[in-house]
Amino acid sequence: MTTSTLPASFDVAAIRKDFPILNRQVNGKPLVFLDSAASSQMPQPVIDRLVQYQTTEHANVHRGVHTLSQEATEAYEGVRRKVRELIGAKEDREIIYTRGTTEGINLVVNSYGRAFLGAGDEIILSALEHHANIVPWQMLCQEKGCVIRVIPCDDRGVLDMDSYKELLNERTKFVSVTHVSNALGTINPVAEIIRLAHERGVPVLVDGAQAAPHLRVNVQELDADFYVFSGHKMCGPTGIGILYGKAALLEKMPPWQGGGDMILSVSFEKTTYNALPHKFEAGTPPIAAAIALGAAIDYLQAIGLEQISAYEHELLAYATERVSAMPGVRIIGTAPEKAAVLSFVIDGVHPHDIGTILDQEGIAVRAGHHCAQPVMQRMGVPATARASFAFYNTKTEVDALVDGISTVQEIFG
Amino acid sequence: MNATKALYQEVILEHNKKPRNYGLLEGANRRSEGVNPLCGDHIQLTIDVQDDAIADIKFEGHSCAICKASASMMTTNVKGKTVKEAETLIQEFRDMTTGKLDPESPESHLGRLKVFAGISGLPSRVKCAVLPWHTLHAAFANQDSVSTEGSSDDLVPGGGE
Repeated sequence: MTTSTLPASFDVAAIRKDFPILNRQVNGKPLVFLDSAASSQMPQPVIDRLVQYQTTEHANVHRGVHTLSQEATEAYEGVRRKVRELIGAKEDREIIYTRGTTEGINLVVNSYGRAFLGAGDEIILSALEHHANIVPWQMLCQEKGCVIRVIPCDDRGVLDMDSYKELLNERTKFVSVTHVSNALGTINPVAEIIRLAHERGVPVLVDGAQAAPHLRVNVQELDADFYVFSGHKMCGPTGIGILYGKAALLEKMPPWQGGGDMILSVSFEKTTYNALPHKFEAGTPPIAAAIALGAAIDYLQAIGLEQISAYEHELLAYATERVSAMPGVRIIGTAPEKAAVLSFVIDGVHPHDIGTILDQEGIAVRAGHHCAQPVMQRMGVPATARASFAFYNTKTEVDALVDGISTVQEIFG
Repeated sequence: MNATKALYQEVILEHNKKPRNYGLLEGANRRSEGVNPLCGDHIQLTIDVQDDAIADIKFEGHSCAICKASASMMTTNVKGKTVKEAETLIQEFRDMTTGKLDPESPESHLGRLKVFAGISGLPSRVKCAVLPWHTLHAAFANQDSVSTEGSSDDLVPGGGE
């Protein structure tokens, strides 16, 4: 990312007023919420949308001829269009609702992977993956006898693209990589990763869980075959996520889960599956969550994802400057291209102790391996403390983090 | 700062910095590894049990301050005690950290170990303090390894990722 000057219209004080939870006190201190990479907070318009839906609009979708069901269906399908526009997909039917990023990956593994991958086929992952983009592939490999190959990264947390080029070969049948590392913040060159895979006709899944809330994503520009992300990391509720897939791929994939909504007709002899996107949406979906996700997308777009990126980049640069100036503190993950994640360790202090002491100061950070144990092993640490920023955080909160780290150092003397 | 002070007391910080009985015991006849897969705490206990008493005990590993101090103080407390006395302490320590036992009560044998009482207010850290005790129990039962996850033990859930 390039350093950009903030647009005058970015008013973080006004934005913070939209997030009622930010008024909370934790352990007698004002909450400093620096854990948005785990789950972001919800602004009032999204909360209001949830309440309004549940209060006046709720009915099951795609079922009834009655008014409520038709209205709910319209609102629910309207969000599909909104998501399509947000990520620049070609067609609404390429947008599949899931429970979240993890389910999106599992859907692709279980449908595409089990149908089209076999013994000896190679799947390329990166060294920066979340467990959610490792374990489902391992389960597939156990069943089918395919093999996982890993793109290594350097000490900064930057993927080694030369190694990637060498890994790609005639046995490569799938590439699955994260857009932004949840543990280190590295923004991976996914467009280039996809381009190189496509030279060999290999499809690519991009885990966008940490990208969608922070960057403007365009799946057609990236030419991603699959792109997955979660609602709750982008100011929406938990329990809703998105799988984007190119229609041609989704068309040839078998359904994953069976049930209502994914069928056209059922007899005990034969079932005819529904068309996209419903083929992949068995059972009653999280309707309220989907509709609230629509409100979250409206909210983010009203601010503007470019503006959000620029502001968070400034925050990260400020936090990096301040924390790296502290003796005894080491930042883990120093890629030149990073999203709003600051992972760090303090000499002689385990990250869990850091997390507990910061919590007593009202500061919420995550401490641990961040569901990315291979990343921790690569960086030579058992765990880190991770501060992650959103557009509702401020430089004052970064200052509170720095003071909190000093308190940790004082206690551990 | 109150809960922080209650937990990170001088004695705990001191044991973290200078752990007692640290290392591997040569000629140990009991050993067990304790792991908290959620936070990466990992300790190894080596024990020499003679005539049903703990003749010597050492620990080694990587962990947070709470776990390390708990392991250090555990070794100094159980050395010389019978296995049965140690098992009583294990139970009392677990009960104290989960708020079921008042360490000031006359029945308590915890003594200096009551500095860990404050952890009952921080459910996500109970496992850190209990892991060494859990591992000691496993070593007595001749279990090679023990984990805070997926067991039927009544540890308080938390410390999750």
